[in-house]
Amino acid sequence: MNIHEYQAKEILQSFGIQVPRGHVSLTSRQVERTARELGGRCVVKAQIYAGGRGKAGGVRLVNSPEEALEAGKSLFGKVLVTPQTGPKGLVVRRLLVEEAVEIEREFYLSITLDRNSSRYCIIASAEGGMDIEELAVNAPEKILTLTIDPFTGLRPFQARKLALRLGLEGELCEDCVKLMLNLYRCSLEKDCSLVEINPLVVTRAGWLLAMDAKISFDDNAIYRHLDYPAMIDCSQIDPLEITAGAFELSYIKLMGNIGCMVNGAGLAMATLDMLKEYGGEPANFLDVGGGANKERVAEAFKIILQDPDVRGIFVNIFGGIMRCDVIAQGIIEAASDVGCPLPIVVRMDGTKVEVGRKLLLESGLNVQYADYLGDGVEKIVKMLQ
Amino acid sequence: MSILVNKDSRIVVQGITGRTGLFHSCQCREYGTKIVAGVTPGKGGTEIEGIPVFNSVEEAVRLTEADVSMIFVPPSGAADAILEADNAGIALAVCITEGIPVRDMVLVKRTLQGSKTLLIGPNCPGIITPEECKVGIMPGSIHKKGKIGVVSRSGTLTYEAVKQLTDIGLGQTTCVGIGGDSIIGMNFIDILTLFNQDPETEGIFMIGEIGGGAEEEAAHWIMENMQKPVASFIAGLTAPPGKRMGHAGAIVSGGKGKAEDKIRTLMECGVSVCRIPTEMGRTMLAALKG
Repeated sequence: MNIHEYQAKEILQSFGIQVPRGHVSLTSRQVERTARELGGRCVVKAQIYAGGRGKAGGVRLVNSPEEALEAGKSLFGKVLVTPQTGPKGLVVRRLLVEEAVEIEREFYLSITLDRNSSRYCIIASAEGGMDIEELAVNAPEKILTLTIDPFTGLRPFQARKLALRLGLEGELCEDCVKLMLNLYRCSLEKDCSLVEINPLVVTRAGWLLAMDAKISFDDNAIYRHLDYPAMIDCSQIDPLEITAGAFELSYIKLMGNIGCMVNGAGLAMATLDMLKEYGGEPANFLDVGGGANKERVAEAFKIILQDPDVRGIFVNIFGGIMRCDVIAQGIIEAASDVGCPLPIVVRMDGTKVEVGRKLLLESGLNVQYADYLGDGVEKIVKMLQ
Repeated sequence: MSILVNKDSRIVVQGITGRTGLFHSCQCREYGTKIVAGVTPGKGGTEIEGIPVFNSVEEAVRLTEADVSMIFVPPSGAADAILEADNAGIALAVCITEGIPVRDMVLVKRTLQGSKTLLIGPNCPGIITPEECKVGIMPGSIHKKGKIGVVSRSGTLTYEAVKQLTDIGLGQTTCVGIGGDSIIGMNFIDILTLFNQDPETEGIFMIGEIGGGAEEEAAHWIMENMQKPVASFIAGLTAPPGKRMGHAGAIVSGGKGKAEDKIRTLMECGVSVCRIPTEMGRTMLAALKG
């Protein structure tokens, strides 16, 4: 789960990490007012669920409340397209207005999971503000990493070694040690899959400040943070993905016209690969998951039908934990609820497949049955050509 | 022979009184698996479907000599369930549960370092030695005893592969779903090592997917150690980039994670890789014939 920069900064602040003074604004008037409070010269930053905002024109340095107002007017409602947003881009609904800070030096700092060691690790670099992935490719020697033993946690001496290697000395080094320890505490207590400060800056005045921040939460841990669901900004997510999320279905909108319903993430990916290989274009990734019940399958089917791009539906189910007769009932219920004019190709295998097949074929829906995956893929692709 | 489980394995089910736990315990028992005990705290001393229920794994092990645990405990308690299995000296814990928080698994993984307890999963279909022992949620009927070892990060895609193998006449020694989470117990190399040592396994089918670098590591291990033919399929060639993949995660694994890279590395290391999922069975057969 992603949150905005301003929300990430509020969280960092609550862990004792300093961020620039500022406020999030929902209108141009608020932008102007905040700019006035900050003394006129400030930075107006578009809040979207993606990086690369600067290059896409989503970050403006302004010198007066009037300029801030103008920046607000031009940014609100604007669609920003960055390498991370996809071609459709993301719309700007919130702006963060912050004091402009005089910067002395910039660093990169983050904590995330290192899958190789199954531990959290700190990633740091003295080359702050850069695209860290680019840096990883071009100058990996400039990236420092430290994996953290969960039994001891991050120790001050470890953080100090890292801070010294970043070139920080004296009081600044000790401030950075405190900051890293706070960041680790934040990462654990908030169940972050990523907490990133880029850049972390040393100001002219000699302070450490989190200039930009990004936090992603571990989706599996949302249940123990009751405040997280309310933090989601629905303007930043495809509406169908939101509906799917409410039913705990994993759905991703794609560009094609074949609606797909598959059980299991691996099989769903493999099905998309297969459709493309045969010249078809999937409209979505949808994993109905393991213990899905009839209601969830019905919702999944309705979500696919809500997508105006969908011209036909391919259902690929290999029942394991899930029963094929349950899938069939879900499809029939959803189709009769909303009315489904589109052709459906169903491939089912596994438990209670015979019952499921019979239910579907006797349902009166526009259904073709496929015995094998290849057979099903060929049928749906041909149908839509 | 087989790896990890066989007809003598004695299974305790943690979370047996839940709907899913009970359903699959019965399915496993019907398959011929020795389900000797269940554990649900607070329900010790009762019986369910003729299976004795205990308050703790320790008690179940002491009284029924269970050596394998199958875990169906919901995400909020699943990490604790794995730790309890470890504490009770269980040889193999198979955790089916999906959705365990990463922070919990970091601690579990650290605790299991140096422990005798092996972990399969979480978020996995389990493990099956056909016609002997099924510890998991896979449909038993598609499996057949034979000479292929299967190891996979996926669930249903594994069923697809197994069905193709069985249909083409290739039975299996043991099929292991290692799980789809970013932190799992036994990994590809752990399982490949066991298959390499198992005299009855003559070939291995390995199913991977996008994310992380486990397939690449396995590929290099195979090149240096594996004495048997390996065939593979990697899901996610056409998956949109950036979805569900965190920023910094990509750095740690050094730009790894793409299906294309995994396939290339596997092929460079002598593994036969098919590009479409309907070719899994045939690719294994061809690899066996060399």
